Amino acid sequence: MSETKTAYERVQAARNGKRPMGSYYIEHMVDDFVELHGDRRYGDDPAIVGGIGYINHIPVTVIAMERGDTIEDRMKRHFGCPEPEGYRKALRLMKEAEKFRRPVICFIGSSGAYCGIGAEKRGQGLAIAENLYEMMGLKTPVISVVVGEGGSGGALALGVCDTAIMLENAVYSVISPEGCASILWKDSAKAPEAAAHLRLTSYDLLSFDVVEKVIPEAGKTDREICSALKTILLDEIAKLRGLTNEELLDHRYEKFRKIGA
Amino acid sequence: MSTLKTILNTITGNVEQPPRVCKKCNAEIPYEKYIDNHCICPECGAYFRMRAVERLDATADKGSFQEIDRKLKSKNPINFPDYAEKLDKAEKASGLAEGVVCGTAKIDGTDCALFIMDSAFMMGSMGTVVGEKITRLFEKATALGLPVIGFITSGGARMQEGIFSLMQMAKVSGAVKRHSDAGLLYIAVLTDPTTGGITASFAMQGDIIIAEPKALIGFAGQRVIEQTTGEKLPSGFQRAEFQLEHGFVDIIEERPRMTYTLSKLLKLHQTK
Repeated sequence: MSETKTAYERVQAARNGKRPMGSYYIEHMVDDFVELHGDRRYGDDPAIVGGIGYINHIPVTVIAMERGDTIEDRMKRHFGCPEPEGYRKALRLMKEAEKFRRPVICFIGSSGAYCGIGAEKRGQGLAIAENLYEMMGLKTPVISVVVGEGGSGGALALGVCDTAIMLENAVYSVISPEGCASILWKDSAKAPEAAAHLRLTSYDLLSFDVVEKVIPEAGKTDREICSALKTILLDEIAKLRGLTNEELLDHRYEKFRKIGA
Repeated sequence: MSTLKTILNTITGNVEQPPRVCKKCNAEIPYEKYIDNHCICPECGAYFRMRAVERLDATADKGSFQEIDRKLKSKNPINFPDYAEKLDKAEKASGLAEGVVCGTAKIDGTDCALFIMDSAFMMGSMGTVVGEKITRLFEKATALGLPVIGFITSGGARMQEGIFSLMQMAKVSGAVKRHSDAGLLYIAVLTDPTTGGITASFAMQGDIIIAEPKALIGFAGQRVIEQTTGEKLPSGFQRAEFQLEHGFVDIIEERPRMTYTLSKLLKLHQTK
């Protein structure tokens, strides 16, 4: 099933400009999608698209990182790197989902939280910290899917979930291979080597029990991948909806509690 | 002071503590004077980064500290190159098995759970052990009904443990939430530097957040911001005073008054 690729080849695949991102999955998987805007605090961050729709007649809240298509669009969306307002919008929509015990599906794909003076002034660290904290207690099922590059804390801010899924060529890491290489060897050109050491591929994370499912991509069209993902999402939603809030939150706590040491 | 000296001498293997040299004004400060002055340069007022044992001595009532998980060590979960050697070096240099010291203590007579990060161990970075120790401390505090005081200093998540380090941010956040849901107080004290994944998790999850003057507190690294945006950073950017101005910390407290302020806050939360 799996395709043989080096870790860095997967990093490049995850970053490929033609790779489908959040909006693609919304368009092809979610019916009657209604996009909801804004964090009700300061602004609306287009790097995160959120709203409500149906997956096979089940209402779900979808929150997706989106880097955009055209160059203008990508600039506007900071290539999918969220500002604090993006994370706050995500949290607001998750809280709304909780009120109706509607499952939440998060699509992760960006190099990380946006780095900027404004983002720091408006509490980038706090915004991520609040999502981690609140998502640990969110009384509705949360499923996170890493579809592209899962860049550090900015990815984890949509990644505290009951079930974590990765596409085969998605990656998920504490630091970019370039960042790692320049710290270790003062040479970002050694990123391929760093990527291998960081163990950031979907199969690495599956073997560490950090993600529960990997969706194979080799030899498949985007539509086929999307449809395989949809089947798994429906399965997981059915399973998670059967749990009481207490079971759900205990299970979520344990999922992260067991990682490391 | 004498207990502190004994501990420090034991962990560093030195017979006598050498004088400390101020990075700002180059003043040489005899160790006794350095401690008496709360690890602040008596010449120029610069704050030194305190070792965990020094902070403990300045904060907890004498003899009250009961350390937990002192010997917990990293298993090098992704077999990262040169990491095992780096851990050995950090242990020798710092006298600690890892970057955080955890336990229960009394502060001015009030029982609490205490964690103190130590930047002498790989910049206080968080890998599996730091994450596990802080999680266990919050769980213990929840079980015992104790408030948590955390002295934070960290460069962020530890690169050498890859995804395992990143996941500690979520793990600790879960334990902080359960402690809070039990109606218990958590005070985060942010000291220089508090950055990256630590700011994006438990540093910003305190009921009350105190910062030391001029401490660097932020998410993104300054060089990264400059490179990404091409903007020049304003003076005082990401310092404690900047965070107070923008509403992210409750109090900036001078080090000599820190224990007094903590004690006052602990007592205010005890009175029903």
